[in-house]
Amino acid sequence: MTQTQTVSQTSIPRDGNLGRRSLWNKVMLGLLVLGSAVVVLPLVVVLASVFINGLSALSLPFFTRSFEAVSEGGGGLLHAIVGTLMMNVLALLIGGLLGLAGGILLSEYPDHPLNPTLRVISDLLNGLPALLKGLVIYTVVVTATGQFSGLAGALALALVMTPIILRATEGVLKLVPWSVREAGLALGLPRWRVILSLVLPAAAAGITTGLMLGFARAAGEAAPMAFTAFGSNFVNFDMTKPTESLAYVIFKYANEPSPLRQEQAWAASLVLTLLVLVASLLARYVTRRYQ
Amino acid sequence: MNKHVLAATALLGLAGFASAQITLSGAGATFPAPLYTEYYIPNFQRANPNIRVSYQAVGSGAGIRQFTDKVVAFGASDAPLTDAQIADIRRGANNSEVLHIPTALGPVSVIYNLPGVNELRLDPAVLSDIFLGRIIRWNDRRISALNPGVNLPNLLISAAHRSDGSGTTFIFTSYLTAISEQWKSRVGAGQSVNWPAFSGLGGRGNAGVAALVNQTPGAIGYVELKYAIENDLKSATLRNAAGNWIRPSLASAVEATSGIDVPADLRLPGQVVNTRDPQGYPIVGMTWMLVYREQSVTARSIEQARAVQTFLRWILTEGQAQNERASYVRLSPDVARRALALVDSLTFNGQPLR
Amino acid sequence: MAASTPPIQNSASPLYRAFGDRLFVYAVLALCLMIIGIVVLMGWQLATGGSAALLQFGLGGFIGGTTWDPVANIFGAWPFIVGTFVTSVAALVLAFFPALAVAIFAVEYAPRWLGNVLQYSLELLASLPSVIYGLWGLLVLAPAVRGVQQNIVAWALENQVDWIIPILGSPIGIGMTTAVIVLAVMVIPYAASLAKDSIALVPSAQREASYALGATKWEVIKNAVLPYARGGILAGIILGFTRALGETMAVVMVIGNSKNLPFTLFGSATTIPSAIVNEFGEAQGLQLSSLLALGLILFVISAAMNLLAAWIVKRMSVDGRL
Repeated sequence: MTQTQTVSQTSIPRDGNLGRRSLWNKVMLGLLVLGSAVVVLPLVVVLASVFINGLSALSLPFFTRSFEAVSEGGGGLLHAIVGTLMMNVLALLIGGLLGLAGGILLSEYPDHPLNPTLRVISDLLNGLPALLKGLVIYTVVVTATGQFSGLAGALALALVMTPIILRATEGVLKLVPWSVREAGLALGLPRWRVILSLVLPAAAAGITTGLMLGFARAAGEAAPMAFTAFGSNFVNFDMTKPTESLAYVIFKYANEPSPLRQEQAWAASLVLTLLVLVASLLARYVTRRYQ
Repeated sequence: MNKHVLAATALLGLAGFASAQITLSGAGATFPAPLYTEYYIPNFQRANPNIRVSYQAVGSGAGIRQFTDKVVAFGASDAPLTDAQIADIRRGANNSEVLHIPTALGPVSVIYNLPGVNELRLDPAVLSDIFLGRIIRWNDRRISALNPGVNLPNLLISAAHRSDGSGTTFIFTSYLTAISEQWKSRVGAGQSVNWPAFSGLGGRGNAGVAALVNQTPGAIGYVELKYAIENDLKSATLRNAAGNWIRPSLASAVEATSGIDVPADLRLPGQVVNTRDPQGYPIVGMTWMLVYREQSVTARSIEQARAVQTFLRWILTEGQAQNERASYVRLSPDVARRALALVDSLTFNGQPLR
Repeated sequence: MAASTPPIQNSASPLYRAFGDRLFVYAVLALCLMIIGIVVLMGWQLATGGSAALLQFGLGGFIGGTTWDPVANIFGAWPFIVGTFVTSVAALVLAFFPALAVAIFAVEYAPRWLGNVLQYSLELLASLPSVIYGLWGLLVLAPAVRGVQQNIVAWALENQVDWIIPILGSPIGIGMTTAVIVLAVMVIPYAASLAKDSIALVPSAQREASYALGATKWEVIKNAVLPYARGGILAGIILGFTRALGETMAVVMVIGNSKNLPFTLFGSATTIPSAIVNEFGEAQGLQLSSLLALGLILFVISAAMNLLAAWIVKRMSVDGRL
């Protein structure tokens, strides 16, 4: 780059309005810096709002108590934290399985006739609003079981995660050299053993990254929750019952009249932001450490 | 009955962790939500530690829908079901009867946000024209005429309404329908209507409307009295049918509701609007919990059915004392007695629960 | 692909191999078919659920209908469609230059560490949950926006420019303006990262040739880099647009949810996703069907946009031109 810059500075253009052009060059650089600042600014402002309001609202009861009446102290959001973790872990199991399978088919069986369809569908699923994923789970699962449930919530979140994990899996599996597979096959291992015992472990870091990204994305989804997990006021380990999630609590508490509820919404935002931050930092760390 | 469809997923559920307790989940109206979540449920659970009640304030419309879909132990609404709705619901529930159990009554306050204006009088014609979008500024001649000496600002009126299906909307639009021919023909009464105002604003739940009005100078909206009190919002004084200026309050709501005719099934299809009582506040509503007489429609066990009955009985007896503490009107002894008789008639698989 | 017909020496039992391989492929296929099935099911459910409304009003009548009246049981989607498109397009217009600027700056100018900072900022912006944007928009941004709007309206009233008031609408903070700002912040990372990737992919020979002709750095970017990267930039815009179309929670929390056309610049409006979130819980009968038909419209538009973006990216990766 430095070389080419020297070139541009030393070459004298024929038309002679070098001054104007160099001024224009500086103006554009200024605009680009300004534009970049405009992008970073809202991030700083949003994060600052979340941290300032959230930190002052965080307290021990927030993590140890579930819903209570405002007149009784307001309780905490233990029920939502537990619900978020349970639904997301279950969603990770389901979405991970689907995403891995999709990634394996695209990468390990590149000539399979299903692949073009799968790729288009996966991109489509990734682009479809989470709201619609909640609607389909409502019509299929909730009405069939006659109950809102954590399971339904987890299924909707799994649909959010699947295409992200699928895309990441396909990407890293393709990075595994074909020689690894050939070596395994040459040893007489069947293909499925080669994939499960050689290829997947070699790509473990990348797959973990994909799982983390999927988790981070799904943990913040509130839109499908209204039609699936619905919310509950209690710590609930039974996934067949309505379950609360942090993201949905934020939506519900945002316009509660009680200042206490708004504080809890900020605190929930902080916890959710930290969850997302940790998941994406972890994803970065894993990528950098092992690839 | 799909009760056992999820049996296969039980292994995911770690079920039985807190199985000694019975959990009742209810959903619906936000109108009585402060009464339910802040007064009824904590006090009830203190008296009955083995029953937990979860109430989700999602709006009357959603409460009715979830009651219809049989996904809650009780629904809650301040719009009574219509005959057609009841017929529909019974068709989907083995013809089980649907019971309206009244719990409380309360006035709907017309709240506003006008800095410096502490008292605002609105008569029926002006109120309906504001919500029809025919009066769009606060310093309109017709508003000033009702409020001599009040310095009304030159602000656009933002009429806040509910974005979800709402019993409070039903009560408010029933009132507007009763007082304005124009409203009756153009909009009508319902849980969610086609709001005509130029600058409309939709909020979720009573709380959402209160928050919108609270944050928005120039806004006007309607919420149950409790929400006006909790948010320190100013309420307009309305002219009732007798021509008196009445503030929304517990006392003026009691005036309006004493001696009302409540039919045998305890439904009030037109709510309590535009009372003839000279000291009565003109917009008052009753709120109900909805249950199936045959509890096996929603309850998974006889214990759960009993818990529903215990909760409703408690509300209609000891619980009534909470109503006034929470600024809601308690049921008249006669209505409470008749409601109790309905609650006592609950059955489980055909057998009476008591 | 040499390994697709691998030379296999027999060491395990043939049954184990053949059976295991076949089973594995079937399992993988079954899971993949599930993914495809779910998306097909989604479209099918929305289509069958929405068909009652579409039959009742006709496709044109439903899309073009301006009344959404649950009392009279008349449902038209036009206000929601208008609201969705206007907010999304406005958000993209607002987001376009900052997104392009950050992409150019990060690739062409920024030192490595700053490029990493910008990259991570974009990733963070993209990964923050939309309810958090909604909460921030409602409690922090809307009051600030309202202050500005009130000043503008007060100025208009003072200077007797009354004709502008019906265009501006009520200065209430919550409404179209706030929703557009929140959406713009949310779509920037989507537009920026694709633009960034495609700018980084421009071969350095392209730049060097331009420098050799005596161009300034900006002229190199304008004449040699951007034209080459325009496919990726366009795809980023389309993806950002899709994201904005389907964005639900952040919008429903700040847009004010009014269905009355015409929408004003400051006043409240509505979108397809907000309508579904607001009314799905209580809707029954024709209203429910109408909401599902709205969902179907969203599904079709999102699908078309995604396919378009994928097509553009693919075209771009082949010959770098579009």
